Amino acid sequence: MQVADQPKTLFDKVWDAHVVERRPDFPDLLYIDRHFIHEVTSPQAFDELRRRGLRVFRPGQTIATADHNVPTIDQHLPIREPLSRKQVATLEANCAEFGIELYGLGHERQGIVHVIGPELGITQPGRTIVCGDSHTSTHGAFGAIAFGIGTSQVAQVLATQCLLQHKPRSMRIEVNGTLRKGVTAKDIILYIISKLTTSGGTQHFVEYAGSAIRSLSMEGRMTICNMSIEMGARGGMIAPDDTTFEYLYGRPFAPRGKAWDEAVARWRRLPTDEGAAYDAVHVFDAHDIEPMITYGTNPGMAIGISRPVPHPADATEARALEYMGIEPGKPLEGQPVDYVFIGSCTNSRIEDLRAVASLVQGRKKAPGVTVWVVPGSKQVEAQARAEGLDRIFEAAGFQLRQPGCSACLAMNEDKVPSGKYCISTSNRNFEGRQGPGARTLLASPLMAAAAAVTGKVTDVRKLLESAALATI
Amino acid sequence: MIRTTCIPLPVENVDTDQIIPARFLKATTRAGFGDNLFADWRYLPDGSPVPDFPLNDPRYAGAKALVAGRNFGCGSSREHAAWALADYGIKVVISSFFADIFRGNALNNGLLPLQVSEELLQRLFRQIEADPATEILVDLENQSLHIPALDESVTFDIDPYKKLCLLNGYDDIDYIRSRREAIEAWEKGLRI
Ligand code: SF4
Repeated sequence: MQVADQPKTLFDKVWDAHVVERRPDFPDLLYIDRHFIHEVTSPQAFDELRRRGLRVFRPGQTIATADHNVPTIDQHLPIREPLSRKQVATLEANCAEFGIELYGLGHERQGIVHVIGPELGITQPGRTIVCGDSHTSTHGAFGAIAFGIGTSQVAQVLATQCLLQHKPRSMRIEVNGTLRKGVTAKDIILYIISKLTTSGGTQHFVEYAGSAIRSLSMEGRMTICNMSIEMGARGGMIAPDDTTFEYLYGRPFAPRGKAWDEAVARWRRLPTDEGAAYDAVHVFDAHDIEPMITYGTNPGMAIGISRPVPHPADATEARALEYMGIEPGKPLEGQPVDYVFIGSCTNSRIEDLRAVASLVQGRKKAPGVTVWVVPGSKQVEAQARAEGLDRIFEAAGFQLRQPGCSACLAMNEDKVPSGKYCISTSNRNFEGRQGPGARTLLASPLMAAAAAVTGKVTDVRKLLESAALATI
Repeated sequence: MIRTTCIPLPVENVDTDQIIPARFLKATTRAGFGDNLFADWRYLPDGSPVPDFPLNDPRYAGAKALVAGRNFGCGSSREHAAWALADYGIKVVISSFFADIFRGNALNNGLLPLQVSEELLQRLFRQIEADPATEILVDLENQSLHIPALDESVTFDIDPYKKLCLLNGYDDIDYIRSRREAIEAWEKGLRI
């Protein structure tokens, strides 16, 4: 038994409650409450089960969707690209064979796995959640332990509902103070990664805290936790509070009635105890953060929009600038862009689309720029239409497409051509991520919208004159 | 015990999108990813090999070890990265730092992520550059890396459970399934 009054972190509480067995020199045997699967990292896992003659141990705890290589137009037609079609068909066949609920193409709940989990209320505080996808960290925004796994582990969870895992170290990242105008959750996380580097969180599980984090909506918190992996962390989480409970209340898989009250009472005990210790602590001031943009080929190569692109410190950085065709020593503002991608599990939720719409309302995209708005799910798409955002996008010359990962990783047809610049609300600016030779500038939805209307990298604050926008 | 020459890749933060670009993730089986290992660095757009990329350099042909800059394998959780390396014939990746998920995926596929100091890594790069025929010896049992040309022997860390698995071809699913009673008890809230 754990000593009752020993202070524990949020992470410790959730982890320890899920340890089925702990043996010296062994990884913990960790119980997994919910498992998400998608078409790309699951087929070989189902093959593994077949090879061993196994069934899925708890089929009701695995949820499937098709997102990574689905087209974002004409989703009612058969997928044109044969390999993508085969992967999606394989997922459908596997779900049917093993009794797993599939929110596939055409389903009203289909969408990017990390968008639909929370919006359906499957993602809940205190749960352990895994998926064969590194951005599973998104779900940590609800106070869940959520992390990405490889396909061998997907097979393990299907077969046993457990994983063998060493308990990671803990890290607390505090962001205190009030955000300045035009600065959003995306800017906070890009700022943090630029300070801690892409390996700064390795072997740690992060808890984000502080008044600036607490003031964020669930959408903003998801954006933050989503990119935890970009600093190498196993995952990130935020203590549940009234914002969390309000978001979850009434969602399809959220508890109801008395069960809801009991759940909330349990969830209220999850936040970190006073005096609990972390292995590492970083503290930032929200006031120091301005709208951010990346200039290189990893998410840590990010700067405030008013700052000059740093001179390369080593061969790797020099190579990145060469790939990007970007000169050091001056700010990126004014850099022409060819594509604008608003989407991905980082920034494709309704709040992101609203922010974009509020900025472009009454404006038009710059000539020659292609703008893709790809909602994270069917439900986000439906809501955007219900709120009339589709008309704002249409009037601005933006393409509102159908849900999926799209140009975030360019597995479908949404690719940025070689050498072209794309300002993107996604999470990775790796070489070729958005298509071979594509040059990605990561930024917030507001910054992406600003670039869409001016045709070049723009400090969004210059477009935020109207008082109504000052609070976004 | 593995005795092999090395392919040098002195680039830091090699991410999984470079190891195996996303457009090659459409297969539904594990085989054949080696042909597309480092595809965008290895081949020109017309499919012909990039002459100075190390995987295309005949001096390193047949090497079972890849030596890469720090923070190797960052980025996505795609196990395809480990499959591509293994399918190509790589048995050991040597770097001064590995991303967590890649490390786990590698170990689940019989691929050893061998972490050395940055200083030794740089010496090894220089040595391979001077003599591409430089051999290394990796002894998993004793957790030692021997580089005769540098007159250097170091030990490396590996998770004891994973070492057991690698040495015995033992596997997580078998082990976890043997704990079924405990799992079901946990589910009932007994938490034994
Ligand atoms: S949107 Fe991008 S990062 Fe998110 S799950 Fe899809 S491919 Fe991965």
